[in-house]
Amino acid sequence: MQLGPFDYALWLVGFLVEIGVVVCLVHKKDVFRYLSLTIYMLCAAFVTVGQYYSVDRFGFTSPQYFYYYYYTESLLTILLFWTVIQFYQQTFREMNVSSYIRGAAVLLLLLTGLFSYAVVHENRSHLTTKFVVELGQNLYFVGVVLTYLLWGAILKLRETRTRLIQLVLALGVYFSATACTYALRNLFPSLQPFVLRWVPPIMGVWLPIAWAYTFAKVSEDARLATARLVVRAR
Amino acid sequence: MMAALICVASIALFLQFFVSYCRAILGASRKVDLSERVREVSGIANQQVGADDFPRLVQLVRLCPERGDDQTEIRAVGTYYGLLHFIKTVSSFLIPGIGAWTEKERVGCSHFAGVALDRRISYSRDLFTQQVADRS
Repeated sequence: MQLGPFDYALWLVGFLVEIGVVVCLVHKKDVFRYLSLTIYMLCAAFVTVGQYYSVDRFGFTSPQYFYYYYYTESLLTILLFWTVIQFYQQTFREMNVSSYIRGAAVLLLLLTGLFSYAVVHENRSHLTTKFVVELGQNLYFVGVVLTYLLWGAILKLRETRTRLIQLVLALGVYFSATACTYALRNLFPSLQPFVLRWVPPIMGVWLPIAWAYTFAKVSEDARLATARLVVRAR
Repeated sequence: MMAALICVASIALFLQFFVSYCRAILGASRKVDLSERVREVSGIANQQVGADDFPRLVQLVRLCPERGDDQTEIRAVGTYYGLLHFIKTVSSFLIPGIGAWTEKERVGCSHFAGVALDRRISYSRDLFTQQVADRS
């Protein structure tokens, strides 16, 4: 299978927007306020360059690219959890519960790794191949759950900071779409070459674009009533 | 089994996050009233913006010079409008009660497009004024 112009365009746009988010944060002097997010974006940009190099050197269907892709994705997802934890800390900043949040997040991460290992342990014949995909699916789903809990806390605490709200919601869209793609891939492997292979790269572009938009357009002082965002059955 | 569970839960949460995200973008435009100029240009003078006005308003937005900073939000709201249209079509058979909600949301999308059009018209005028000033 060969990559087309759309794949390369997604790569290029993704890389440029990831760098764009960092430039935007530096320009607005918000790097330390969103330190984990800045580091994540820088790492994501480096990984994008590495992916391009890997495809160029070994080919898209090579095992080198396969392992590079899934292991760096898993590492980036773990790095993204750090950003989620920072969002939690921002949401709960007046309650002084930072150490509890960190502890709970680390515990959850360890449990996810153990669970993924336990699930794949029975399929020892393709342990490594299956493990990376299984781990990716579970990590993204943990990300969905963490983000959903955070969103619930934001609604409960009537958080009004528009920037924080938009950052969290964009992250929720990213995690849920990617987790769903991984799950569908496990359920229907035949869909992978036609439909599912497009979703992770598109979502990989979505997250930096949505964040770049938020940092560029929404000021730290902007406020929004969260009650307007909830869909209620009438 | 696990993958199926994750798939269903992720789709449900994706919809919730996406709808809330679009509402957060629409939230800012709700506070802005449409100017007489936009009402006149788009032919909606003396009446409320309608749910079906969105495509026409977006077409008018595209006729104006790009500001360069509103493309993302217009695309996101466009996708949301499409999703609402789909829900409206499907729900008319399955859950009739949801129609009123989708209609209200689509009016919000149209209002957003009107506000975007207003900004672009102002931007075009500023550009024109600047060009005239540069020539003289």
